[in-house]
Amino acid sequence: MTVPLALLGLLDREPSYGYDLKRAYDTYFGRGKPLPFGQVYSTLGRLARDGKVTAGQSEPGDGPDRKRYAITPLGRQEVEVWLTEPVAAEPFLQTVLFTKVVLALILGHDAQGYLDAQRATHMRRMRELSEIKRGGALVDTLLADHALFHVEADLRWIEVTTARLGALAETVRGA
Amino acid sequence: MTVDALPVPGPLLEARSIDRSYGRTQALREASLSVTAGEVLAIMGPSGSGKSTLLHCLAGIFTPDAGEVWFDGRRLDTLSDARRSELRRTAFGFVFQFGQLVPELTVADNIALPLLLGKARRKHAYERAFGSLRRLELDDLGERRTGELSGGQAQRVAIARALVTRPKVIFADEPTGALDSLAGEKVMELLVGLARQEGTTVIVVTHDARVAACADREVLVRDGKVTDPYAGQAVR
Repeated sequence: MTVPLALLGLLDREPSYGYDLKRAYDTYFGRGKPLPFGQVYSTLGRLARDGKVTAGQSEPGDGPDRKRYAITPLGRQEVEVWLTEPVAAEPFLQTVLFTKVVLALILGHDAQGYLDAQRATHMRRMRELSEIKRGGALVDTLLADHALFHVEADLRWIEVTTARLGALAETVRGA
Repeated sequence: MTVDALPVPGPLLEARSIDRSYGRTQALREASLSVTAGEVLAIMGPSGSGKSTLLHCLAGIFTPDAGEVWFDGRRLDTLSDARRSELRRTAFGFVFQFGQLVPELTVADNIALPLLLGKARRKHAYERAFGSLRRLELDDLGERRTGELSGGQAQRVAIARALVTRPKVIFADEPTGALDSLAGEKVMELLVGLARQEGTTVIVVTHDARVAACADREVLVRDGKVTDPYAGQAVR
């Protein structure tokens, strides 16, 4: 779910070749897990099929022929909506939260607004889980605790990122 | 005593555009907040954001440099120090992170203390104190010195003391800050549970999201301003 939107977001910055997109993705989001070339081109193929990007004519280069990809208005609209919407507060969201913040900063969108909305969504989930714990059986309580600790970890990350948003913006814009 | 009166019934407690500075540091900037009767509200925010200052202004411990604080239809910030002290003793209860119990006194003495300071009869004050201890299942601790209690027990005693005068509002500043997560959870369950039974309003300052999740609503203080974190819409 994140990779297609991350690639769309990078294309929203400027039209790019698949190789450059992969390099940008690995710089911002790869962090020890580079995106395979095969996944880059298969994703771009699906995005083109769905009308979210267009592929230019093949251009000869030093290596194999390559195509320049550009985002369409449909793709741009999808990125804009995605960057404002908080995701459901479930465990293991690190990649998607981080990707949204970094892309919002790269594209000059309201990263702070997104973080606030995400925080509110997480707090709502915490309230639901706390309610489950109240008067629940021990098994339910312990399962709710597991989810609560993960949601809490995300909230701490949101707090720290909010405090360092200015520095992060400088870092990603200078990358 | 002269107080301004609200023309219509409003929130139980309200800060209207308040400012408060410490020297050159501005802790609150046009901070506004409304709290309804019976509500459990969490005030969150990073360290130094102004959340404790906001709590102290709402409780009449500090007076704001500008803006207004209203409580139960009365202007609070313009009352005299003596009148604000009286209000704090009769209408408000307080729970802090630590250091609030008198170590030389017994648990029962500590709980009865607000009533004795309010000139209640000794017998009545101690009946109420032991009644609170029974509700909190702390009966056997009544004669102990508070210095002998665990952190969790001390906070439960602090809650009993805060509730003994049947206040309209309890102000809690990081009430679980010195406790492990299980003890903290029990303290919050107790505080919120008893407050709901009594219809008491609770305002709790915390940096802990799990504590805030026990509240009906939370607000965020950032750079001295109160923000509503519920601007989010659809969840994807």
